[in-house]
Amino acid sequence: MSAEIHRPSDLQLGRIAYRRGQAIRSVLLAALSTAVLGTLLGVLITGAPGWARVKQSFFDWPIAREYLPEILEGLWLNIRLFVVCAVCALALGLVAAVLRTLRGPVFFPVRALATVYTYTFRGLPLIITIYLFAFGVPGLRLQGTPNVVVLGGAAITITYGSYIAEVLRAGIESVHPSQTAAARSLGLSYRQSMRHVVLPQAVRRAAPALLNDVVSMQKDVGLISLAGPIDAIRAAQIASAETANFTPYVVAGVLFVLFALPLIGVTDVVTLRAARRQNAGN
Amino acid sequence: MLLTCADVRKTFGSAVVLDGLDLSVDEHEVVALIGASGSGKSTLLRCINLLTEVDDGTITLDGEDITNPKINPDVVRRKIGLVFQSYNLFPHMTVLDNITLAPVKVHGKPPAAARELAMEWLNRVGLADKSGSYPDGLSGGQQQRVAIVRALVNSPRLLLLDEVTSALDPELVGEVLTMIRDLKGDGMTMILATHEMGFARQVADRVAFLDNGRVLEQGPPAQVLGDPVEARTRQFLARIIEAGRL
Ligand SMILES: Nc1ncnc2c1ncn2[C@@H]1O[C@H](COP(=O)(O)OP(=O)(O)OP(=O)(O)O)[C@@H](O)[C@H]1O
Ligand SMILES: [Mg+2]
Repeated sequence: MSAEIHRPSDLQLGRIAYRRGQAIRSVLLAALSTAVLGTLLGVLITGAPGWARVKQSFFDWPIAREYLPEILEGLWLNIRLFVVCAVCALALGLVAAVLRTLRGPVFFPVRALATVYTYTFRGLPLIITIYLFAFGVPGLRLQGTPNVVVLGGAAITITYGSYIAEVLRAGIESVHPSQTAAARSLGLSYRQSMRHVVLPQAVRRAAPALLNDVVSMQKDVGLISLAGPIDAIRAAQIASAETANFTPYVVAGVLFVLFALPLIGVTDVVTLRAARRQNAGN
Repeated sequence: MLLTCADVRKTFGSAVVLDGLDLSVDEHEVVALIGASGSGKSTLLRCINLLTEVDDGTITLDGEDITNPKINPDVVRRKIGLVFQSYNLFPHMTVLDNITLAPVKVHGKPPAAARELAMEWLNRVGLADKSGSYPDGLSGGQQQRVAIVRALVNSPRLLLLDEVTSALDPELVGEVLTMIRDLKGDGMTMILATHEMGFARQVADRVAFLDNGRVLEQGPPAQVLGDPVEARTRQFLARIIEAGRL
């Protein structure tokens, strides 16, 4: 193979020019149709008979500015809660997933426990779990009961841990048994083969689904407001009650979306890459 | 004797795969296992490596009964290398990491020393430039040589090779055969399951023909392949010749 630069033939140059023309036409067409659709939607909404009232009660700029600092302060609680809950839920999910894949009668009790856990908390609505933890546990009047933020966070962690456990378990079982056989034949123990051979492959395969769960968790940390602490949603609720206006909720909503964007972007990229890897074959 | 299988029995449900099999392998000896597809060659190798539990009989390695349930299989496996027909390299690790995993994690070798040893071997089999590649960037023959090196760096007393050439194109078979012949020169004790009679003839000191769960006939390649005593062996070889694999 020569390294010198190949000069395309006139035929190829013609083809390149044609393709470029086609591409420009497609982009223009797509831009035009998007603009038309956007304008139509805009006209439809702003032209609606009730638009003036909706604008007043949902998009009141002075109210938004006034309450933004409080809602942001609340969001800081959501962010901290999210980071702690995500780390704990991943750890919990990993443990439950590994326990569920243990074989042999010796492990029946732990396997059963892990199974009951994942079944229960995938079925139980998160709102109910939060109520049970935040209001039920303090009702026991035990010494050293943690505050509602911790209890609510525990509810979110335990619920998401069960989803993550199932995603990881599916990943673990998708790794072909010959990989474990190869690891064991080299003298690696069960734990070592899990740690170095099976789990890395399982996590890679489960990454898109795992990240989706984490994105979903990111907005569900807002449900902590049900337990009482002042997070972004609770702050919006208070502000809304004070002003008799819904704008604070819109502000909180926009902030939640902005907070989620980076991770959603990462999820998109990881999913695309996983799909490409899959198509490239093994 | 380095390895002795005595009266080994293995069943899967109602199917009797190994039915009182006896086989001994001396140190530095190379034994080729031949037999029809489904005759239990892979099963026997997996039993020796303790990946599968025998249903009866004993397997002795270095004078130690490794079928004794009190024994730690991980310790036994450190002395036995097994190379699979389908390579089974770890796809998420580079060639170098595939090879150094067991020396570092199982044998406690310092990572630098393990890498050095791995590179020595890769050099020897002409794959030094592939040390940083992932398995899916290698040809079948290259993957198989990496798989063999991965077993070898643990200095096993016994190397089990399960049809290491059957997934390869004829031109790639040569690379792997050369490597195995070199290993024989080093004095490595090997049991190789194979469908390639030419391969068995070239590298084996002894050929064992598996039939109905036992070793029906064994001896020097020239005798077993050229002038078999048993009618079943002759039938098997006739079918192989028909398929053009002799
Ligand atoms: N895990 C298993 N469960 C059930 N049956 C099995 C299992 N492993 C092997 N067998 C059966 O045992 C028999 C022997 O299989 P084995 O793989 O040892 O044959 P082989 O001699 O290696 O064949 P080949 O030359 O095709 O590789 C086959 O009939 C197979 O179906
Ligand atoms: Mg086989």
